[in-house]
Amino acid sequence: MSSSRGGNGRGGGEGERQIHVLAVDDSSVDRAMIARILRSAKYRVTTVDSGKKALELLGLEPDVNMIITDYWMPEMTGYELLKRVKESSELREIPVVIMSSENVPNRINRCLAEGAEDFLLKPVRPSDVSRLCSRIR
Amino acid sequence: MALMALREQLDGLVNSMFLEGLLDDQFEQLQMLQDESSPGFIAELITLFCGDSERILAELTKLLDQAVVDYQKVDAFVHQLKGSSSSVGAQHVKLACVQFRQFCEEHNKEGCLGALNVVKHEYYLLRGKFDTMLQLVDVNPHTEEGQPEGQVASHVVQHLQDPYQQNGVKLYRMPETGGIWIL
Repeated sequence: MSSSRGGNGRGGGEGERQIHVLAVDDSSVDRAMIARILRSAKYRVTTVDSGKKALELLGLEPDVNMIITDYWMPEMTGYELLKRVKESSELREIPVVIMSSENVPNRINRCLAEGAEDFLLKPVRPSDVSRLCSRIR
Repeated sequence: MALMALREQLDGLVNSMFLEGLLDDQFEQLQMLQDESSPGFIAELITLFCGDSERILAELTKLLDQAVVDYQKVDAFVHQLKGSSSSVGAQHVKLACVQFRQFCEEHNKEGCLGALNVVKHEYYLLRGKFDTMLQLVDVNPHTEEGQPEGQVASHVVQHLQDPYQQNGVKLYRMPETGGIWIL
């Protein structure tokens, strides 16, 4: 699990509170990618490599404003993580975005039906992330 | 003079990789994400990609060496490699992975062995060019204590006549490319 360095205080939007995104991906390349995209958009980012670690972190640190997770991960998929978040009274308000390299309509619909905020196709681009901006309070 | 030549070499290399289809427009996205606040981003990503890829290729070689092949595991690894090659813009490697997955689905061992060779060929070809690229770029620009990297860059620009010394190696910054350090 790696944390970002402190940001410059300006959030991904107005106000003093910087928006904190938890990025979950088992691929080190994709973690570095999504972290860079989010940081260049001035978000504070924490990356973890599994759903299990994501839930551990969420249990400790309730100041996560958004979760962005890969779909296909060993042990716990992004879909399973989404379900666990939405089933939890403490966590269910946190928007969850799913990323996947595969464009499978059933999969996308299932995730959206389970309460996912959005579904991004990989490789993720900065323009995809700026689209998410408006959804985060 | 020498610096310009190196810069041209780097640009020429990257352009030829685009022309040959080794890299696709995803790599352009990476170039746009690299800036003064993150000058080592491409180098970091390339290094992660190469480490991951070689680990995966070793696993695939082992799995396909078995008398009875576990195609599910093979497919999972190829899927991973396809994902990371897609993320860095490694087009030929990605396409080779797509074909590899077809053979996996068919449980075609010969096909898989052939596809693995193609992936390895494409990967090592790309890796050679990435190595050259990394030699033309320094990952960790020297930072003085208390100075964020952005400030160091302009500090160095002012002192191009008096280059930084780090471990006996002279570092310069090319202002036009923003964050690329030439050894």
